Amino acid sequence: MSGPFASLLMRDLRLAARSGGSAALALAFFALMATLVPLGVGADLRLLARVAAGVLWVGAVLAALLSLDRLFQGDFDDGSLDLIALSPLSLEQVALAKFLAHWLSTGLPLTLLSPVLALLFGLPGNGAVMLVISLLLGTPAVSAIGAIGAGLTLSLKRGGLILPLLILPLLAPVVIFGAGAVSAALNGLANGALGLLGALSLAAGLLSPFVTAACVRLNLAG
Amino acid sequence: MLKPMFRYANPAQFMRLSGALLPWVSLLALIALVTGLVLGFHVPPDYQQGMTVVIMFVHVPAAIVAESAYAAIALASLFSLVWRHPLADTAARAAAPLGAMFTALGLITGSLWGRPMWGAYWVWDARLTSFLLLLFLYLGYIALWNAIEDETRAARAAAILALVGAVNLPIIKFSVDWWNTLHQGESILSGQIAPVFLWPLLIMALGYMLLFAALWMIRIRTEIVNRRARSLMQRGADAAG
Amino acid sequence: MILSLTAEKLACTRGDRRLFADLDFQVGAGEALVIEGANGVGKTSLLRLIAGFLPPAAGRVVIVMSETAISEGEERGRHVGWLGHQDGIKPQLSVGEQLEFFANLYGVRSALNGALERMGLSRQRLLPCRYLSAGQKKRLGLARLMVSKRPLWLLDEPFAALDSAGRFLAAELMQAHCASGGIVVAASHDPFGFKARSLRLGAS
Repeated sequence: MSGPFASLLMRDLRLAARSGGSAALALAFFALMATLVPLGVGADLRLLARVAAGVLWVGAVLAALLSLDRLFQGDFDDGSLDLIALSPLSLEQVALAKFLAHWLSTGLPLTLLSPVLALLFGLPGNGAVMLVISLLLGTPAVSAIGAIGAGLTLSLKRGGLILPLLILPLLAPVVIFGAGAVSAALNGLANGALGLLGALSLAAGLLSPFVTAACVRLNLAG
Repeated sequence: MLKPMFRYANPAQFMRLSGALLPWVSLLALIALVTGLVLGFHVPPDYQQGMTVVIMFVHVPAAIVAESAYAAIALASLFSLVWRHPLADTAARAAAPLGAMFTALGLITGSLWGRPMWGAYWVWDARLTSFLLLLFLYLGYIALWNAIEDETRAARAAAILALVGAVNLPIIKFSVDWWNTLHQGESILSGQIAPVFLWPLLIMALGYMLLFAALWMIRIRTEIVNRRARSLMQRGADAAG
Repeated sequence: MILSLTAEKLACTRGDRRLFADLDFQVGAGEALVIEGANGVGKTSLLRLIAGFLPPAAGRVVIVMSETAISEGEERGRHVGWLGHQDGIKPQLSVGEQLEFFANLYGVRSALNGALERMGLSRQRLLPCRYLSAGQKKRLGLARLMVSKRPLWLLDEPFAALDSAGRFLAAELMQAHCASGGIVVAASHDPFGFKARSLRLGAS
């Protein structure tokens, strides 16, 4: 099944790259947020360094949210989803491909930009490294849980408004452990948070395709 | 085992059953609440918190009901998805605003209870924070129901959301607890409950539960009646058109 | 290839409306069925029901694959070649990319260029689909059907948006599919131009 799966994944990545680049949008949002916060709280680098982990984590989550409502919407609206559903791929595999494509086109770029933003916030080296690791481990969970939200709000005309409300509470643990991992690293403590984060991402990644597929199935019948 | 429950799945049966139960449940709720409050006011003032400990009798039961209501919604959602129980969707939808209100009540009373102790109307204590997130889960659930026009689809989607939330809720609470110990240390609102406080608390909790049950039944009955009215109007329109 | 498509006591409900009930029909290999009826009577819903997108309110749809094997559940969609009234075409992809993606997705190795040529689209192979006319998009959909190697074709208004040359092509394609043992079920206001049975919805 690598042929069909890979072709769907590649197509989605190609579409993301061509339609004004959802990666560019997410990166811009992330960077802008990181710019606005110091404007709001002041330029004291010690303060900024203390809030960096949390602010950057929240910024990454919100930036990743931006393109979620279009995860299935485009294909649903133009009838492509019907064709994809009739392919040899199961809907669970389709959901997995979509969530991976989302992570590769938003979560991963955000992770790669984060060290630069960590610099803007005066985050010390070991903190910045842990920030990258935590984002790398945690952004898949954001895409996975976000995909469920995208499935639930599929076919809503302005589903984009309600999607954050649905999934941000569910993402609280990811933010807590992600930023917590950075705090622990800064204080030289053992990093239980990282393990918890990884477990969360793994669980979310494994379960999300099934739940998302159920939502898509529901909407195909509509 | 499920057979008897499905006998009451029939809306007409439910109307009969709830109609018979409702006056009793309401009465018991009233008795429990009044008794609980009276006992609560007669409790010796706590050396540390003064008479504001009475707010505990309003806050803790609200918290218990708020969480139980979400569990009830999750259970109803399971029945809806797996066994296609016809009243499950209605029951789940009806419970949500009630659960949200009890959560809001819990937050407000928790804030008032904490004010004399903390000097502030809000602290990011583990329990209050989890509670706030629970309120958002409720709001999201209600919003999803209202956003999707097709009733059947809305019911299924909401059921999936409720189950996802239910699975996530322990994880959320665990993570918030972890977060709290990382940043703050001891949770402020926990602690031993002296026996003299226990009875009023339990009775109030019972009263709240009964109150919730009564309100829930009323809302389900209202929804059933509304459905009947809608289908009558639909048939009238079809016949005329 | 499949032997037949059978619908038994099929009923469909959309929202609160009962669209049709007690529908029985059978289409064998090499046969074509045209679904007729006014707009909104449930033609598209019936097609979606056959494809497995929509669960029936009652009854069942069975694809008989051989003497011993049938396909009944959601997986019967693996036998379906679909041409819905939405085009399923991404504006950002070129015609060639679109068809290639589809062929890879469906795991078929086909002469894509041959299909494009047959549909009169070989000159548009590198053109982004946003520049295609409605008729060209329909032809691309038909090309998709050609390469899909699926035995049961379900089409929703296959002749819509096509000029007379396009319609001729489409009819030819459907007829050829039947001739090679496939099954064609189409909802259409227009006649096929070749021998097909008819099923009228909303008659009662």
